Amino acid sequence: MTKSIVEVEGLGVRRGERWAVRGVSLTVGRGELVTLIGPNGGGKSTIAKTVLGLIRPDEGTVVREPGLRISYVPQKMTADWTLPLTVSRFMDLTGRLSPDDKIQALEEAGADHLIREPLHVLSGGEFQRVMLARALARKPDLLVLDEPVQGVDFAGELALYDLIDRAVERLGCGVLLVSHDLHVVMARTHMVYCIQGHVCCAGAPQQVAENAEYARLFGPGATGAIAVFRHDDAHHHAHEHGHDHDHHHHHHENGEGDSV
Amino acid sequence: MIITTTTMKMGRVTVFDLSDFLVRAALGGVLLALMTGPLGGFVIWRRLAYFGDTMAHSALLGVTLALGFSMSVEIGIFVVALAVALILNAARLRVALPSDALLGVLSHAALATGLVVISLVGPVRVDLMAFLFGDILALTRSDLLILFIGAAVVLAALAAIWQPLLADTVSPDLAAAEGQPTGAARLIFMLLLAGVVALSIKLVGVLLITAMLIMPAATARMGTRSPEAMAIGAAGIGVTAVFGGLGFSYGFDTPTGPSIVMVSAILFVVAAIAKALIGRGD
Repeated sequence: MTKSIVEVEGLGVRRGERWAVRGVSLTVGRGELVTLIGPNGGGKSTIAKTVLGLIRPDEGTVVREPGLRISYVPQKMTADWTLPLTVSRFMDLTGRLSPDDKIQALEEAGADHLIREPLHVLSGGEFQRVMLARALARKPDLLVLDEPVQGVDFAGELALYDLIDRAVERLGCGVLLVSHDLHVVMARTHMVYCIQGHVCCAGAPQQVAENAEYARLFGPGATGAIAVFRHDDAHHHAHEHGHDHDHHHHHHENGEGDSV
Repeated sequence: MIITTTTMKMGRVTVFDLSDFLVRAALGGVLLALMTGPLGGFVIWRRLAYFGDTMAHSALLGVTLALGFSMSVEIGIFVVALAVALILNAARLRVALPSDALLGVLSHAALATGLVVISLVGPVRVDLMAFLFGDILALTRSDLLILFIGAAVVLAALAAIWQPLLADTVSPDLAAAEGQPTGAARLIFMLLLAGVVALSIKLVGVLLITAMLIMPAATARMGTRSPEAMAIGAAGIGVTAVFGGLGFSYGFDTPTGPSIVMVSAILFVVAAIAKALIGRGD
């Protein structure tokens, strides 16, 4: 059994009058990849931020093992052009890293050619690679990734998920991954939590895929999705029941790289 | 050195006295530039230009406070500027107003209240022109001592909070999640900003402080690729502007504070043109 480094119990976060999320319990252990999936606005990022201590829970508890080294890839982050920051300097942002560690991490993320570039000239996909490289180069105990492959093309996406996989093995870190992109993610994750204001269902990927709640959340077509690597972005159809999914169409939100 | 040659050229009789107050002015200006340069980077990156203005505008209230309680002007200004900063931070979360509008309200409220209160307090003992534009030539030895200590404290503190403050500037969530003491860094930064406003009133006045924060840093941005280089560059450009402004002021008998700011504006324009011509950097 892995030892839990994060324990969330009965978590509730209020946003104004309503609950953004409520009744969420989950754990993350060392060497464990835990994925939160669910429609946009369902509270996945809120849970991640609460785990990180960025949001205070209105009810329930979040316990992190003391002294954890944490790396975070936030969902929304833009580079400000008034602040001169190269990729290399950016990687030192919250703690100095050795040049070798930086280069190795960038290489693995396919971004080593960017090391001298200013951050604000990077494309969305390049930026995400750099963010992931920085997070991994820190050799964290807990890695929290909020939509880490946004803006990356399909082939790159697979490579980055491989990279995350390897990092879990090599570093033995716990990973909390937030994604609306269930198919690629689900094949590798240890535990999946479907979030829509609460935990709709949870378990190993195969169990979750067969769960009725999961089918309700993502449409009946999604149950076969683990085998199929990827089809249409599920969240677009979160509330359309009985919709026939097109399994051959690769749709990317940013319109980038459709080649496989 | 520059001062001596200027003095020689102008052929003034009272060489020694002149060089003395000019040396004091130059020293004071250099100390100011060393503080405002690095701090100015954060003012730009964190979009605090109007915030600095607002703090400065509250300074008159601080002067009144200092007179009323017979304490040093610097402390009065520091206290009021800090109070304004804290009020602003608290209001930002609770008032449904965009922050530039909020700053507009607070800034002018502070300035107007300061002017009104000082007239109520009794005979006006504040030289309003000196207050608005500073009088760097009137710096005394004890002013210089305060400036020196202030600059040392400000720079040491800024160096100490540099990493968490920079991380917080790039991404507050990322910085806090990865264990940076962002709350403390932000609070200390506010203290430093209030401190610099208080220390610089005598030198460049209320209306020109923000210029000394923003112009050298903005100029330095054009040729640098790291935040640290931008901070050091800004300090250097500020120092250059101080010498240039003092020289101009001496040569053409113009007010010194505005001359310094004008020279730093010229440096900014020259750098912008040079950058456009060379087309390098980002």
